[in-house]
Amino acid sequence: MLTLEGLRIEQGGFRLSADLQVAPGALVAVIGPSGAGKSTLLATIAGFLVPASGRVLWNGADITEAEPGQRSLSIIFQDNNLLPHLTAAQNIGLGLRPSLRLSDAESARVSDSLARVGLAGLGERKPAAMSGGQQSRVALARALLRARPCMLLDEPFAALGPAQKTEMLELVKQLATDTGAAVLMVTHDPQDALRLGGQTILVADGVAHPPQDTGGLIANPPEALRAYLD
Amino acid sequence: MARRAQPLGLATGIAAAGLVLCVAFGTLGAVALRAEGMARLGPADWAALRFTLFQALLSAGLSVALAVPLARALARRQFPGRAALVTLLGAPFILPVIVAVLGLLAVFGRNGLVSTVLGWAGLPPVHIYGLHGVVLAHLFFNLPLATRLLLQGWLAIPAEHFRLGASLGFSARDTAQLLERPMLRAAMPGAFLVIFLICTTSFAVALTLGGGPRATTVELAIYQAFRFDFDLGKAALLAMLQFAIGGVAAALALRFTVPAAAGAGMGHPQRIWGAGSGALRAQDAAVILLATLFLITPLATVLLRGAPNLLTLPVPILIATLRSLAVALCSAALTLSLALPLSALINALPRRQSRLVEALAYLSIAASPLVVGTGLFILLFPVTDPVALALPVTALVNAVMALPFALRAIAPAHARAEADFGRLADSLSLTGFARLRLLILPRLRRPLGFAAGLSAALSMGDLGVVALFADQSHATLPLQLYRLMAGYRMDQAAAAGLLLLICSLALFWVFDRGGRLDADA
Repeated sequence: MLTLEGLRIEQGGFRLSADLQVAPGALVAVIGPSGAGKSTLLATIAGFLVPASGRVLWNGADITEAEPGQRSLSIIFQDNNLLPHLTAAQNIGLGLRPSLRLSDAESARVSDSLARVGLAGLGERKPAAMSGGQQSRVALARALLRARPCMLLDEPFAALGPAQKTEMLELVKQLATDTGAAVLMVTHDPQDALRLGGQTILVADGVAHPPQDTGGLIANPPEALRAYLD
Repeated sequence: MARRAQPLGLATGIAAAGLVLCVAFGTLGAVALRAEGMARLGPADWAALRFTLFQALLSAGLSVALAVPLARALARRQFPGRAALVTLLGAPFILPVIVAVLGLLAVFGRNGLVSTVLGWAGLPPVHIYGLHGVVLAHLFFNLPLATRLLLQGWLAIPAEHFRLGASLGFSARDTAQLLERPMLRAAMPGAFLVIFLICTTSFAVALTLGGGPRATTVELAIYQAFRFDFDLGKAALLAMLQFAIGGVAAALALRFTVPAAAGAGMGHPQRIWGAGSGALRAQDAAVILLATLFLITPLATVLLRGAPNLLTLPVPILIATLRSLAVALCSAALTLSLALPLSALINALPRRQSRLVEALAYLSIAASPLVVGTGLFILLFPVTDPVALALPVTALVNAVMALPFALRAIAPAHARAEADFGRLADSLSLTGFARLRLLILPRLRRPLGFAAGLSAALSMGDLGVVALFADQSHATLPLQLYRLMAGYRMDQAAAAGLLLLICSLALFWVFDRGGRLDADA
């Protein structure tokens, strides 16, 4: 259970407040106009930003000040998820050991996770030799291997074509179901939110609203969302 | 790409390229014809070659090695004055070498600050003349350059990579190994080679701090063969040797991508996790403090010693100042009149040929002003009195030397202006001078101002070719300053140095500022 308790984020003139909970294993889209603070919200949950006030709780424990690596979550960015000088397998291996000194068992787990995202046998490729979709799959494979109970996705598929994006969303859903992880995915496309098929956090006018059922929200949008959708 | 052919523009561009070729390589031909057999190279000349290479290797190696902790500290710390310090790191580029040497002497010389402090402790004074001094001066100029190059590398690492490292729990060691070392492996060879190249052609440093059988560079040997023995054949032979060094170093440097040190985007430090420990903070603070002291103290000494005598400088110094200002302004005008047609030519030619023109212009970085000067002297000597032409020759050589930097600023902006508005101008039949006046010049105000400022400042402080040509009646301010230093008139030298510093910085500031003034975004 992820809890944002009286959270206030301030950056220059920018302000965002959040008071909400995300249930274990929930699939949650984060939508809202650009500049509303969707990525900022994720960066705060991930520990890259310190909020001005309020707390971030994981299963009741305060992690507001915890180092990013100490938190029970994985994050995937829009781009630059892979280190260009490392192979796909090494990039995944970082999720187990940053030193990359992997045991045979660990290497086998890396190969296994590659296979699960549909990239069996491509472990020796470097990112530059892979398509955008394949790179996203490598990043997902690493998140899969780390098996943290919460996955943050910051518009990871924005650069992909429609068909590939649908494919990746299906993959995310499947992996989340397999591992029981909660997913928070930033997107600016309401269709993505519908495809994810869970709840939606609307970020608008300086507030991140508590998650609501996506279907109901889109069918009957509040004022702030209507302005964005139209 | 459909672009209206502009025969007039192309012709000027080709003429400009021709002039650059003549100055950089035609003079080399003159040198080659005049040079005598390799047998004339004595042990002293081979010693000069060895010293040139050795001091350049040492200077480049130390600059790049010391730049690593400094760039890292600047990349990951935010502190008041950080922006000013990063700007200061760009300043040595337009700083007259002779002024820096004057400052370094005041700090590290026999009667300098460091020796005085050592004296209190009963230790002998430091020796600045020779290898130490040459390397120290090269460090003063190139540590900032190396730092800016590496800092750019650090800031070019995507912020997501550092965030990724943080969320995967990288230790400081992991971050160094996985994120920073690959960047350094890519950036360091280019930085090293550029600095090596600069250090093989830094005549003014060798002239003021080197000398003697153990610390003479090839350029200094050219100067001595020229001024003391008037042995043109020997000078030409040494010039060939110098050109070989520069050519090899430049060819190597061209194989590596060298990022532009004047680039933007040095505003904000990276947020690097895992570097928050007290020991690392203290280390970074110490590195930044030491580097700042090393860069500021010499200039502060020139300022403090020079200021009281600034208003009582003798008339010959003031006349030399006017002469230098005139040369600097001519050099700036020449640089622009060469750079504009060249950049038009680069933009008009197909890609392969345009790369060639660009490479030719950049190769003049490798051409030593002393070699060019020797060639020009050999060419002019039979026809006229080269000494009488000392100042125009200086302006021309300075302009050609500033050209690569000017092109680097102007050509991309020129290409952008044509890409954005070229079709509009074509559809309005805007050609020739009208196109230049109404489209190109207004769009290029900023890079033109920057290039003119750079060229003027470099020329103002130049102590190279003018030392070969000029006599007392044609002396520029840097040359007069050198003579004051050679005569140990240090108070007057400090005042003249301060004046030179003010002139160089003011020239750069006025032009650069002029380019920005009411320039539309």
